[in-house]
Amino acid sequence: MGEVQRLTNCTTGGPVFVDVRDDRIIRITPIEFDESDGPTWTIEARGRKFSPPRKALISPWTVAHRSTIYSPKRILTPLKRVDFDPQGEPGSTGKGGRNTQNRGISGYEPISWDEALDLVAEEIIRVRREYGPGALMAEPSSHHTWGNIGYRFSAFQRFFNLVGITYAEHNPDSWEGWLWGGAHMWGNTHRLGLAEGYDLLEDALRHTEMIVFWSSDPDTTQGGVYAAYESTPRRFWLKELGVKMVFIDPFFNHTANLVGDKWLAPRPGTDVAVALAIAFTWLTEGTYDKEYVATKTVGFDQWKDYVLGVSYGRPKTPEWAEAESGVLAREIRALAREWASKKTMLAPGGLAGLGGASRCATGNEWPRAMIALITMQGMGKPGINMWSTTYGTPLDTEFFFPGYTEGGISGDLANSAAGKDFVYRMFPQGGAFSNPHRSAEGTLAYRLLIPEAMQHHPHSWRGRGFCGSHIEAQFVKYEYPAPGYPMVQMYYRYGGSFIGTMTETNRYIRAYRHGKVPFVVNQSIWFEGEAKFADIILPACTNFERWDIGEWALANGYVTHSSLQCNHRVIVLQKPCIKPLGQSKSDYQIFAELADRLGVGPMFTMGRSEYDWVKQHFQATDLAKVMTWEEFEKKGYYVVPPKPADAKRTYGLRWFAEDRERDTPDWGPNPWEHVRGKGLQTQSGKIEFVSNSLKRLEATGVVDPERPVMGPQYIPSWEGTKTTDLLAKYPLQLIMPHPRYSFHTHGDAKDSWTNEVKDHRVLHPDGRYYWIIRINPKDAAPRGIKTGDLVRVFNDRGSVVLSAQVTERMLPGVVHSYESCAEYDPVGEPGESPDRGGCVNLLSPSRFITPTSSGMANNSCLVQIEKWAGALTQGASATQGASSEQGVA
Amino acid sequence: MADSKKWHLVIDIARCSDCNNCFLADKDEFVGNDWLPYSVAQPWNGHRWMNIERRERGHFPKVDAAHLPLPCMHCDDPPCAANAPEGAVYKRADGLVLIDPVKAKGHREILDSCPYGAIYWNEEAQVAQKCTGCAHLLDEGWTQTRCSQVCPTEALKLVLATDAEMADLVRSDGLEPYRPELGTRPRVYYKNLYRWTKAFLAGSVVYGDSGECAKGAKVTLTQNGQRVAEVTANEFGDFKFDCLEPGSDYTLQVEAAGYKSMERTVSVAEESTVLPDLFLERR
Repeated sequence: MGEVQRLTNCTTGGPVFVDVRDDRIIRITPIEFDESDGPTWTIEARGRKFSPPRKALISPWTVAHRSTIYSPKRILTPLKRVDFDPQGEPGSTGKGGRNTQNRGISGYEPISWDEALDLVAEEIIRVRREYGPGALMAEPSSHHTWGNIGYRFSAFQRFFNLVGITYAEHNPDSWEGWLWGGAHMWGNTHRLGLAEGYDLLEDALRHTEMIVFWSSDPDTTQGGVYAAYESTPRRFWLKELGVKMVFIDPFFNHTANLVGDKWLAPRPGTDVAVALAIAFTWLTEGTYDKEYVATKTVGFDQWKDYVLGVSYGRPKTPEWAEAESGVLAREIRALAREWASKKTMLAPGGLAGLGGASRCATGNEWPRAMIALITMQGMGKPGINMWSTTYGTPLDTEFFFPGYTEGGISGDLANSAAGKDFVYRMFPQGGAFSNPHRSAEGTLAYRLLIPEAMQHHPHSWRGRGFCGSHIEAQFVKYEYPAPGYPMVQMYYRYGGSFIGTMTETNRYIRAYRHGKVPFVVNQSIWFEGEAKFADIILPACTNFERWDIGEWALANGYVTHSSLQCNHRVIVLQKPCIKPLGQSKSDYQIFAELADRLGVGPMFTMGRSEYDWVKQHFQATDLAKVMTWEEFEKKGYYVVPPKPADAKRTYGLRWFAEDRERDTPDWGPNPWEHVRGKGLQTQSGKIEFVSNSLKRLEATGVVDPERPVMGPQYIPSWEGTKTTDLLAKYPLQLIMPHPRYSFHTHGDAKDSWTNEVKDHRVLHPDGRYYWIIRINPKDAAPRGIKTGDLVRVFNDRGSVVLSAQVTERMLPGVVHSYESCAEYDPVGEPGESPDRGGCVNLLSPSRFITPTSSGMANNSCLVQIEKWAGALTQGASATQGASSEQGVA
Repeated sequence: MADSKKWHLVIDIARCSDCNNCFLADKDEFVGNDWLPYSVAQPWNGHRWMNIERRERGHFPKVDAAHLPLPCMHCDDPPCAANAPEGAVYKRADGLVLIDPVKAKGHREILDSCPYGAIYWNEEAQVAQKCTGCAHLLDEGWTQTRCSQVCPTEALKLVLATDAEMADLVRSDGLEPYRPELGTRPRVYYKNLYRWTKAFLAGSVVYGDSGECAKGAKVTLTQNGQRVAEVTANEFGDFKFDCLEPGSDYTLQVEAAGYKSMERTVSVAEESTVLPDLFLERR
């Protein structure tokens, strides 16, 4: 046996050491820093000193990564669907046909790489010749395997910018209402509508007396995103300092169980009623920051009249809110009084921003309500802010290293944050490009409407993807197909599975089987979920089998300086720990070989290997200022020293509270986004209870009753406690938060060890690991359901077979099952029968959160539950396609 | 030997969030990897060398969940050793109990000897297996086990201490073994074990006239005329007594200025007791 070699890598759940012997990974452990690594910060507060552990606090699926690398579900050769004949005409069936109706049913046979790549290249050429640009739609998942070279913004984007595609723009899936609603109140589109948060850990440790976690479970959602358990020690510190922690969530979540002092459980979709009643209490008792409100907001008096019931409907009293939400009026009042008497941080969602209450019907109003409440208490003053304990560590933001969002090797100025700095450092001699077809003047599709595109149903929506550039970007109306562009003829799918993550996802399955796309290719690591609906499958390798480079948790341009979620900035050389398994190849290699066949090989690679790109990337960052490439290659990672203890602190929004110019290192708002360089991004520069941007939208004749100009307002859910007819049929509200032990589809299923985590999946006698649904005994008993029973959860959109967990942690009337499972395992016909994989998004509505806000409302989902007899019964009849609210023609 | 340092695992129930990093790190170390002479590879599925049990207490909306990570207890009087052929199960001087995969081969009876259920059968290798305390890593100089290394909350700590030092730690930190009545003298200790073994009594006090939370109400718990504990209702009117013996009966008294005092006989259930709201009457 050979020697054990210790290599380095980085994942969506943290940086790791990888011990390798004889081309086999034997263990994966968190990176633990040694004395030569950058120091660790100390925060002094209230007579104590706080310092985090000198190691990465990694996530469960990262700990279990070896089981997904060596998963029996790895695809080890290119595959062709057995009854797919590329010589067949589009729509052809039988022998020699394409047989697209059999997608998801018929099996696969291995083919050679040459066969596979020739076939894919020929199809790309064919559809471009026959239909023109944009006939090829290509779509990655949100979260690729880690690394700035291999990430979807990088190799994928460079390749497809050369080829020309229709890209299906991603919706802001984890924080919908913050962008579609919150941004109209406080701007911040440069942070996608989320909070600023710099240096707030120190601020909280020194000043904060209470934290209200609202729709927030950072111990489940990796802090905000990617940061694993880095924030967990901070919550213990705050506890030790006596900071009170209140949790508002229909589920007694894991953070609440670990550190919570009080749990309030509103019915899903009624959070805004509770918030308005808190505001009502403050208004009537005079316990809000009147001076702050008078000088830093617009439209407050009009909203105040709404809350007090002076001019718009009834007063929003705690008693009214109790009737709506189920939260006791006396407890709402008690919380309001306690809040007003203490310096309080409001922690909505995992990242101050995010949270399931923003991913629901009329979901704009909850973020607006969160902004309203913390505004009333003087947001930005010491100890009072929008902060979820997960951001704002005292790290150095000057040291330049880009996030995966900054384009990597694509240098795409139009569709990544490359243009901020990185592209000029990475491509000083040129070689970066964008593609005009992927622009507002070109062709775009929308991820939530991919099925409609595949069915060739013309449709429209507002807002382009994450819409981070400016507030108005989300108003633009897009059409599919764009004028002069063809309908999709070929679909190139890359990573992940939308069946578990999007909405009413039987649509996606039917689109594969009965849509009008004659050729589908899926580039995938594992044989699971959506991959099983492709005609050709190209086996990609994991990031443990190729070169890459990346900084933990960094996604500048989405959430700028997002590594401030972590306790250290850790930049990792991601080494190929083993050779690619089987015949699998890196994404870069696959694209390079395809590019060769398409005549654009040299432009794609610029003659460089992945190793060369990694080295060039290193040289383009400040890493090259502190060490040589050889030193970096030997060590494998770099810990950026924190900012000096005596460096100036720039607390998030303190500048706003103190009426100064912004002094934080935030990237925005851009100069043209705020008047005279001061204030927020909003038109007034202030917090807008009457939104100027929504007023402007309305002035163009677009009236959206679920997106009122004055707000936050309580607008009952269109699928919830007030939809009585539907509620009679489907009496339980299903919420589907982000999962705890897996990350989107990373880590789940694949025969991974994570399957055996008791609170993740449950092994049943048929040998399957079933996804879990959590239900209160009051709802379980009348249905005869016990823990461990298989149950069928269903509504008009589909049915899913899940393993029941009967628990007092659920609000009665509400059931809980995480979204994002990786597996889709239908009992019978795909798209028409119950799923045993656990894709609860088969059940969620495809209707957008409001008619003009193109976000998904996964948490507005009424269902019924019954014990699963296991019979091959058909799921309830399903509604076809998207609803008219989305403008489907 | 009595003064030599020994390995102990100290597990704080109040800091365990059921993240399962320990469970998964164990698999990462042992699945597919032979660490002879201490262990042969653990099978891909089925074993739980770090078995995390879950227990809920209380009722909506006053509830908590405790998680009890259960590895091999590395007992000083290991029943597994007593039931195994000579030398097949042995205790090292550093406290770790190990199953020799060669000598123990075929001896399925070792499985049934563990009162904690911490031993698993490897069908392919025909051998009983369990947590080795990462003996092979400690031999190499590691000062942590794989499970303690990945614990984000320091709920799991590896402690190298003499018996005397450990006795001090047990006293100062309120540590206790799980199920000491089994008499196996475990080297795994728990902190805040009451979250697993005891029950709570909780409720809310409300001023009957105003309907407001009775912040500041004095709540006293007595048993057989003896005062057990006294708490003040918080701003939500909530009170909670923990660490109570399940199945025991108490008298609860609630007092608040201007209101009639209230007395209730209460019984603490196995899964804890949450009382219906207590409404105080104006005096």
